[in-house]
Amino acid sequence: MRSWLTLAVIAPLLAALPLVGNNYALRLATTVFMYSVMAQSWNFIGGLAGYPSFATAAFFGLGAYASAILQNHGVPMVPAWACAGVAALLFAAFLGGAILHLRGHYFAIASLIVAEMLREIVNTLPDFTGGGKGMNLPLLKLSVTAQAQFFFYAMLALAVLTVATAIVLQRSKLGFGLRCIQQNESAADIIGINSYAYKTAGFCLSAVFVGVAGAIYASWVNYIDPPDVFDVLISVKPMVMVLLGGLGTIFGPPLGAVVLLLLEEVVWRNFLTMHVAALGVIIVVLVLFLPHGLLALIRERFPTKAMAN
Amino acid sequence: MTALLTLDGVSRRFGGLKAVDDVSFDVNESEIVGLIGPNGSGKTTLINLITGVHPATAGHVHFDGHDITRQRPYRIARLGLARTFQIVQPFQRMTVVDKVAAGALFCGHASDVREARAIAREHLEFTGLADMAHRPAATLTLARRKRLELAKSLAMRPRLLMLDEVNAGLNPTEIEEALAIIRKIAEQGVTIIVIEHLMKVVLSISHRLVVLHHGQLIAQGTPREVVADKRVIEAYLGAKYAAGNPGVSN
Ligand SMILES: Nc1ncnc2c1ncn2[C@@H]1O[C@H](COP(=O)(O)OP(=O)(O)OP(=O)(O)O)[C@@H](O)[C@H]1O
Ligand SMILES: [Mg+2]
Repeated sequence: MRSWLTLAVIAPLLAALPLVGNNYALRLATTVFMYSVMAQSWNFIGGLAGYPSFATAAFFGLGAYASAILQNHGVPMVPAWACAGVAALLFAAFLGGAILHLRGHYFAIASLIVAEMLREIVNTLPDFTGGGKGMNLPLLKLSVTAQAQFFFYAMLALAVLTVATAIVLQRSKLGFGLRCIQQNESAADIIGINSYAYKTAGFCLSAVFVGVAGAIYASWVNYIDPPDVFDVLISVKPMVMVLLGGLGTIFGPPLGAVVLLLLEEVVWRNFLTMHVAALGVIIVVLVLFLPHGLLALIRERFPTKAMAN
Repeated sequence: MTALLTLDGVSRRFGGLKAVDDVSFDVNESEIVGLIGPNGSGKTTLINLITGVHPATAGHVHFDGHDITRQRPYRIARLGLARTFQIVQPFQRMTVVDKVAAGALFCGHASDVREARAIAREHLEFTGLADMAHRPAATLTLARRKRLELAKSLAMRPRLLMLDEVNAGLNPTEIEEALAIIRKIAEQGVTIIVIEHLMKVVLSISHRLVVLHHGQLIAQGTPREVVADKRVIEAYLGAKYAAGNPGVSN
């Protein structure tokens, strides 16, 4: 109940941002929502089930390309976004069958290869995907400001939907089962959990919203190419955000997205791109000094006002 | 009497080691069977084999008419086989009530998490753990963690409950409490296989004993028959001792 309340208070506040913010603020906020979606999604498989997936970039790129290809074949934008989500979900179901029997590092490495594999496939099908040259998407007939607002609201809606899913999942049988699997998978089997089916469901959930996010992103930037949408940082950043905000919590992943992206804006603005090494350092610092994330820290400081989870 | 569980020539190899070697016996409905044997004789492995954790490499296991030899563990659990773990570790970071609720939720008896927690509270009441429902499982004392394992298994509404040394490491009072709970469970008609090192305990509670030694079944029968069995005395105390000593102590 408290989680729903928190969401019901925060979402309208965020929705009012276009009234006060300029285009720069909207663009930053849209990016934050996008990463919030990905962090929350990663939390479904990495946080709840304890499977450290690096497949986020694969789902993101797949969604971006699926939507771009559909739109270039005449499918309207929003239905194409939905199809991208379905494509990512089906791909996760198939992929889960192949790699979810692996545990720990083995699973992580197998999932890491997937985005590279998709990138290669895109490169080898230039007629279909534009190959290394990338793909243009249909332009929206809107003013610059109207476009900024449109994609801001689209990403916000997706982020809210993902948080709502997290809240429902937390109380559901599926969420409960995933938490058991995270703690001890053999023991979970013994009490009657079909861990294979549960993990696959968790993996599919971790893919569907990311696929849509990739599709919205593609429409937003009008142009995609493999190095951009299959970037390994798209897999790594959401993990760091979840660790930063609070593993397995509901509002930890969005909080982590806000903090990391703001940090990136402020500290790394003068650098061209955020370096993977910098993320590595953040991970080490987090594991050593903040093992339960910022949300736990906030709860400790303000026990009465603590955000629900 | 009808057999609820039938083991038919089951074996389990780990590389070159035959941890369970061609074991056959039946367990009847509502019976309490004591499974005994020296350390490393294959008792835990036999439980793992029945519950599908380490499936048999030879032989067959039947439960209530189903061949469960190579069934997945979660399916076997849903048929009504529950077990406790000798080394109590699972779900340490969960609260006590959730750990028990998990048992209720996934064996098909509770329809949602809320109902599972309600059922869990009844079992915590029954096992005397109601006060600590919201503590993390890891913070309980050993005796209470063992009882928690019992509560979790009971929440699965098992037809056959396998208890792997639920009394190990407990003091005499705690053992009495645990035995009282086990007897109450048996009164509800649950069939029980109990692994136990303390002879006094296993003799007082079992209708029948099965003895393993080096993975082989060396004797089975009433407690009285088994303690007088020469091979059993040998297994426990060594061949020399058996020659001079007709009875068994401990
Ligand atoms: N997973 C495994 N891999 C390899 N060997 C194993 C495995 N599990 C058990 N064993 C071996 O099988 C034999 C039987 O072990 P088991 O744990 O079944 O004995 P036990 O009768 O339960 O002993 P204890 O009374 O000490 O609990 C031992 O030699 C053990 O080392
Ligand atoms: Mg054992």
